[in-house]
Amino acid sequence: MAKIPVDELAITRAYGPHVSAKIRGAPGEEPERLVKTHCCFCGQQCGIQLKVRNEQVIGFEPWEEFPFNRGMLCPKGVKRYLQGSHPDRLLTALARDPSQSSGFRPIAYDEAIAKVAREIERLQETHGHGSVGVLGGASLTTEKTYLLGKFARVCLKTPFIDYNGRLCMVSAGAANKKAFGIDRTTNPWADMIGTEVIWLAGSNVAECSPITTNYVWQARERGAKVIVQDPRITPIARTCDLYLPVRPGRDAALFAGVLQLMIDNGWIDRDFIEAHTVGFDEVAKYCREWTPARTADVTGVPERSLRKAAELWGQAKSSFFFHARGIEHHSNGVQNALGTINLVLASGRLGKPNCGYGTIVGQANGQGGREHGMKCDQLPGWREITNPDHRKYIAGVWDIEEKDLPGPGVDAYELFRKIDAGEIKGLVSICFNPKVSLPDSDFVTRALEKLEFYVAIDFFLNDTARHADVVLPGSLHEEDEGTVTQVEGRVIKVNKAVECPGDARQDWRIVQDIARALGRPKGFTFDDPRAIFEELRVASKGGVADYSGITYEKIERQMGVFWPCYAEDPRTGKASPDHEGTPRLFAPDSYNPVAKGAGRFYFPDGKARFNVADYRTPADDVDEAYPLFLTTGRVVSQFLSGTQTRRIGPLVSQYPEPRIELHPRLAQKLGIADGEWTTCETRRGTITLKAMVVTTIRPDTIFIPYHWAGEKSANRLTVAAQDPISKIPQYKVCACRVRKADGAPSYASVLEPQQ
Amino acid sequence: MTVHQPLEFFVDPSRCIGCQSCVQACSECDTHRGESMIHLEFIDRGHSVQTVPMVCMHCEQPTCAEVCPADAIKRTADGVVQSARKPRCIACGNCVMACPFGVPELYIDRAIMMKCDMCYDRTSVGKRPMCATVCPSQALFFGTREQIEAIRPQSMPTNRFRFGEQVITTRVSVMVPRAPAPAPLLDVTAAMDERPANRTVRLNVIGAIDPLPDPFAEVEV
Repeated sequence: MAKIPVDELAITRAYGPHVSAKIRGAPGEEPERLVKTHCCFCGQQCGIQLKVRNEQVIGFEPWEEFPFNRGMLCPKGVKRYLQGSHPDRLLTALARDPSQSSGFRPIAYDEAIAKVAREIERLQETHGHGSVGVLGGASLTTEKTYLLGKFARVCLKTPFIDYNGRLCMVSAGAANKKAFGIDRTTNPWADMIGTEVIWLAGSNVAECSPITTNYVWQARERGAKVIVQDPRITPIARTCDLYLPVRPGRDAALFAGVLQLMIDNGWIDRDFIEAHTVGFDEVAKYCREWTPARTADVTGVPERSLRKAAELWGQAKSSFFFHARGIEHHSNGVQNALGTINLVLASGRLGKPNCGYGTIVGQANGQGGREHGMKCDQLPGWREITNPDHRKYIAGVWDIEEKDLPGPGVDAYELFRKIDAGEIKGLVSICFNPKVSLPDSDFVTRALEKLEFYVAIDFFLNDTARHADVVLPGSLHEEDEGTVTQVEGRVIKVNKAVECPGDARQDWRIVQDIARALGRPKGFTFDDPRAIFEELRVASKGGVADYSGITYEKIERQMGVFWPCYAEDPRTGKASPDHEGTPRLFAPDSYNPVAKGAGRFYFPDGKARFNVADYRTPADDVDEAYPLFLTTGRVVSQFLSGTQTRRIGPLVSQYPEPRIELHPRLAQKLGIADGEWTTCETRRGTITLKAMVVTTIRPDTIFIPYHWAGEKSANRLTVAAQDPISKIPQYKVCACRVRKADGAPSYASVLEPQQ
Repeated sequence: MTVHQPLEFFVDPSRCIGCQSCVQACSECDTHRGESMIHLEFIDRGHSVQTVPMVCMHCEQPTCAEVCPADAIKRTADGVVQSARKPRCIACGNCVMACPFGVPELYIDRAIMMKCDMCYDRTSVGKRPMCATVCPSQALFFGTREQIEAIRPQSMPTNRFRFGEQVITTRVSVMVPRAPAPAPLLDVTAAMDERPANRTVRLNVIGAIDPLPDPFAEVEV
């Protein structure tokens, strides 16, 4: 019965988001110890030291030795410590109770676990194993993601597990897999220094991955030209050498047009294409349609800029191509990513120092979370759940019959459609706030209300968990240990700084407690994250994402290990305890267990694949009724659905509430002044926010950041159109119309900015 | 034999991304109790994403100290201009008015002027200031002159500034492009048109000026 128990405002008053009451340790309050760990937020995973005193994190100290960030941190990292000892922190389990003013009452942890097991059992006995679904998240450690995948398939015996990485990196992952046979950024970031050209497509580096800025600009000091492709002049675009103000949703066309110009001018590496790739001719044939004039017309980027891009990219001797959600969050997301890969493969610039390609992941464990079986179609080690050999191997590791291993499930959005259709009646969620983060959130709310039983695990009562029948108090990042794979493909170790307060438990313990209460404890009796990791090493062995040679000790000694890292040399089969990992992929002399010496890419013939990257008009494109493009994204001080960052006072102050960015030309036409209440409507919903009039956005486009809930949620507006391959939602473009609001919205007088 | 150069502070506004990491980190310092002493300004958000971080420039002859009627502002032997000293400061605000860089701020509730002291608690024991340590784009850099010359070949440090008749030499340096910088992008429509109007912004750099004697050189704090 997952309807919101009482009025939302009453829940907000009780459970927040409130901003942290604590500000900082008193002057002179010395920490008892410093714990070397990593930031809990984005995919960069900066090294940081947490100051601990009296079992509380009281501050931070830069960790200048960690090689990725050398002490650098963004404002989220600086203030991350304020999420601990927070007034909103869940210290007990909660049960839904409409008779309470706050909608919930605290219950004993064991009672809560027993209730969860009882309800899951009841649903599965009546409606089958598949009537219960599981949703995970890519901010969890790899150990937890592995355990969750195993829990869904082995304990719950349901195929229905997916995760919020579905909203993040799946387009890039699918494209990487199609083109290279392996899904990872190709080089460490340090390889950027000395490169000639860096192309950033759809990546607001300065706000979404701030530490990467220094690498880009250090490369520029050494002569690199920077190309930025974005509908907005983001801070990284302000001083770039070439800015491509692409119309939202037209990226594949841009890549095809530029590749055609490179072909026309002979700026491609024919020897590389011949020796190391297949499929170029079909791509070249497709690109012929994309004349400069047509490309300019479709993309909104002038011909001279397209020619300049081809010239800079085509003639360089070394280069990096990076993309992020800006080109991936599309119903054409995989094609967009394949378009970038075609430009990289045609240049032949891979597998060398200063030459690379990658997607800049957004979530803490965006990389590791997508490798070990939390995805609906995947088993540990990037194995496929439909591949008989892969199934057999994992069934062996898990000590079950292969036939008992469920088949592929569905993506996170489809899982909600199944809830809506009544097929899935029970839900277990952790580290996911779909009510804020999924598109067309009114639909998500309707689906949630249809659940017969919903249990959420979280440390704060997030917006989705308000629908839960039972809430289990999970662990904050600093209360547990485990590994995470950051943006470069470097496996690093998160370390525990403090114990869980109150009845809160480490998430992996909660999952195992549910398994035990269900009477299905087999395979869920790990004593610590290290034991889970040891099983994961075995499970990933022989897969493309091979972690078998990684140990906690090696991570500490090397300050991270780049996967694949083999326990046994794939060439000789001999034990290789000193294998240091693979910082750079596709080197000329490299050997991988898929190609077995046939070539550098992860296919049996060792060759990379060109794929025709077909441009399609976005779903819900502009028309007369809805003439403007809406695009969404992040601001630097907030993270994802804001469950943590909307509770940290100094981060809230930095950018308190979402605003609608629009160009002065558009604002003038609509009669809207900076700071005025403005209403944006799409075919799904309407929201009213203050306007922010800036020349740094295309006049045919508006931008709204998505970190807020309820009446302020940008995802009330976005469209649930998905990429047919990756199933990523199309957050980065939909049609909208904008007008001056009739007045202040009703929420303005009752809610605090972050609520 | 290597001669160890002193650690210096360099500010490069062209690198600033406005993320406020410096502001957030500055407020973590013990010496100013949760207040941030660094200024981060949007030049004109309506027309640009350009931001500029402003730390205390630590002048060789600090105007703030020169105009202080209570002699509350001291400069250490190693050239760091300190916040007003609590027993002396009368919160008159002269320093706030006089500083050509707009750095000092008056805290009426505490009746004292406070400003950036280059994280004296950290720099005096060999650590880097908080802001320059965390700055994700290294618009704020703390290191030796040798280091900055090696990693920033496109620009050079300058520490002389002219304000009308007044010429000021500072301990903190600002990085200035060696060649005219490319025009920053201000309006998306310029990049959408086939022939955009060009707009160039240039900085004028002051040439060599003889340093003036430093009356505060011997002041001990």
